[in-house]
Amino acid sequence: MPGKMDRRALLGAAAAVLCAPHRAFAAEAAIEIKDFAFNPDALTVRAGTKLTWTNRDDTPHTVTSTATPPLFKSGALDSDDSFALVFDNPGTFSYFCSLHPHMQGTVIVR
Amino acid sequence: MSSQPARRTVLECMLWAGAGVVWSVAGGVPRSRLLGGPAQAAEAAFSFVQISDSHIGFNKDANTDVPGTLQAAMGQIAALKQAPALVLHSGDVSHLSKPAQFDTAAQIIGAGKLDVHYVPGEHDMLEDDGRPFIERFQGREKAGAAGGAFYSFDQNGVHFIGLNNVTNLKAGGLGILGAAQLAWLADDLNGRAASQPIVVFAHIPLWTVYAPWGWGTEDGERALALLRRFGSVTVLNGHIHQVMQKVEGTVAFHTARSTAFPQPAPGAAASPGPMKADAGKLRGVLGIREVQVIAGQAELAIVDTSLAG
Ligand SMILES: [Cu+2]
Repeated sequence: MPGKMDRRALLGAAAAVLCAPHRAFAAEAAIEIKDFAFNPDALTVRAGTKLTWTNRDDTPHTVTSTATPPLFKSGALDSDDSFALVFDNPGTFSYFCSLHPHMQGTVIVR
Repeated sequence: MSSQPARRTVLECMLWAGAGVVWSVAGGVPRSRLLGGPAQAAEAAFSFVQISDSHIGFNKDANTDVPGTLQAAMGQIAALKQAPALVLHSGDVSHLSKPAQFDTAAQIIGAGKLDVHYVPGEHDMLEDDGRPFIERFQGREKAGAAGGAFYSFDQNGVHFIGLNNVTNLKAGGLGILGAAQLAWLADDLNGRAASQPIVVFAHIPLWTVYAPWGWGTEDGERALALLRRFGSVTVLNGHIHQVMQKVEGTVAFHTARSTAFPQPAPGAAASPGPMKADAGKLRGVLGIREVQVIAGQAELAIVDTSLAG
């Protein structure tokens, strides 16, 4: 099963987000949520990359891991709200919008 | 169905016709007519109203005064010739499940002093597994299961069933009822006379209107299978912010307009997001629905009326 990110890794990710200013050399990438789609809907990044999703629609969306239980959940993102995660470990991470489940995306971490 | 060609024609003609539908139940069959259409109220045993998708908290271009249009809808209900026995709100009461949004909605709708029954839209269940919505808007209902947000009740011989198809949605899927709710529904219908009229209301359409936009319910067919033995089944949904109708045997499906903003016809835009109406035209694409139940008739009379009157 893809999307293996253990709890430790997730906690690490959260801590990394909090420490973002100190990670001056860490890569960053952005995904736009527009017209009920994740753009790009498939993205490959290096381990340690900070990924930020921003909702550009007039409708709230979420970024929700498809793993059981979910590895990450943004909660409702209103228009122009952002959600950031640092992916420290390699793997394939699938996610969707829990409000509009036809909206799906994948992040591959190398 | 071939047995009811006249009804089907009527329904097709009503498509897009108005923003409000009036349901009346006479003789156990709900019928609908467009608000402002031919008066049928005199023969109705009782009537009720459906409103939907009030999205309190939304403030973008498509409608910068969502409380105002909900208020207009309530005013239209208050002005109906036949006072409705009850009102069904088919979900997305709020835009973001915020307490202040629930407050505003409760205040505006409550001012009408009507008997209102709610089911949740996905926008109402964003916090704490939907508990704030359930406690606030379904506290009076006899819950089918704790936290499940589904229930049923009887009114004037009609059995009303409020379903929740907006929680625990799966990636790539549509709306979903889930096994627990379907088991409850089977139990709720068990032993009920097939002659009793049934009105089912839920947020997302129970039939597949347009799968690419998620406009349907994955296991809706399983619910319908339980309902097919009944002589009169009326399914009322919201979510898609436009009037659509379909008849399948004894089951009539209707989606309602929003009181907040319109959405595009299936596939007619890049996404199903809020659509900005031409200047001055917004109230023409919002509305309410009145349903009359007429004694001795299996079909409910449904009238959709726009807020433009
Ligand atoms: Cu979404």
